[in-house]
Amino acid sequence: MFELNFVWNGHSILFLILAVCIISGAVFMLHFSKIIHMVVSLAFTFIGLAGVYVLLEAEFVATVQILVYAGAISILMIFGIMMTKHDQLEESPRIQWKGILAGVGCLALFGAIFFAIRSTSFPSIPAVGPLAEDNTLELGKQIFTAHVIPFELLSVLLTVAFIGAIVVAKHDAEEKEVAGSATREEAE
Amino acid sequence: MSSMLASYLTLAAILFCIGLYGVLTKRSAVIVLLSIELMLNAVNLNLIAFSKYGVVPSLKGQVFSLFSIAIAAAEVAVGIAILIALYRNRGTTNVDEFNELRN
Repeated sequence: MFELNFVWNGHSILFLILAVCIISGAVFMLHFSKIIHMVVSLAFTFIGLAGVYVLLEAEFVATVQILVYAGAISILMIFGIMMTKHDQLEESPRIQWKGILAGVGCLALFGAIFFAIRSTSFPSIPAVGPLAEDNTLELGKQIFTAHVIPFELLSVLLTVAFIGAIVVAKHDAEEKEVAGSATREEAE
Repeated sequence: MSSMLASYLTLAAILFCIGLYGVLTKRSAVIVLLSIELMLNAVNLNLIAFSKYGVVPSLKGQVFSLFSIAIAAAEVAVGIAILIALYRNRGTTNVDEFNELRN
């Protein structure tokens, strides 16, 4: 059932190298003790994933991946760490069996998915040419014709989310200021 | 060709399981958010792999993954904002200590 008909060519070797980078970044994320090191190792994983997207002829998505994930989200996470506690160490879970139980559950989930992937016979499609001559151009046409309503909804959602984020993060500071001035007035 | 699809799906499954383990065991809320990002990335990888090697190869999978990246960015912004508000109120980012709803 598990015949591994892995073909050795340039594509698969490049895929293997990138996969090793991605998985090692993710595993080091679990293993490091300093939170800032975890974020940097996960940024490594995100860049590796961008490489895999290039292998899959998704150049525009790879660019967005580097800009949004490796750039914006990593920096946002580092902001989050700096705004909370600086040199925090990740403690090991208090209850050891909880971690073991989670590990066993994740391994079981992986086993189930792996079994499903290996026992499925994917229909071998005829080798077609590249998906699009100009990836970005074709993607733009798709987004702005067939998917324009989801696109507009998404822009509304992004606006709402960012305004909401500012309100949530700022709300408390203003309240504290009001409370501080109230106590100052009381003291006077 | 289809063997490559199985390899990509396996890589995505490994990433998803590592992310799930991180969500379940890590104690810092920042790392829990990052692990959720890792799981979302695994799903994106599946979408793009199927857009190339699926039964009907088309660009639709890449459009879907772009939308999901935008949703992930919004989610992280709101998550970090909630985290900072919680830190101001509680003085900690340890997810074990956020248990106001318990009693």
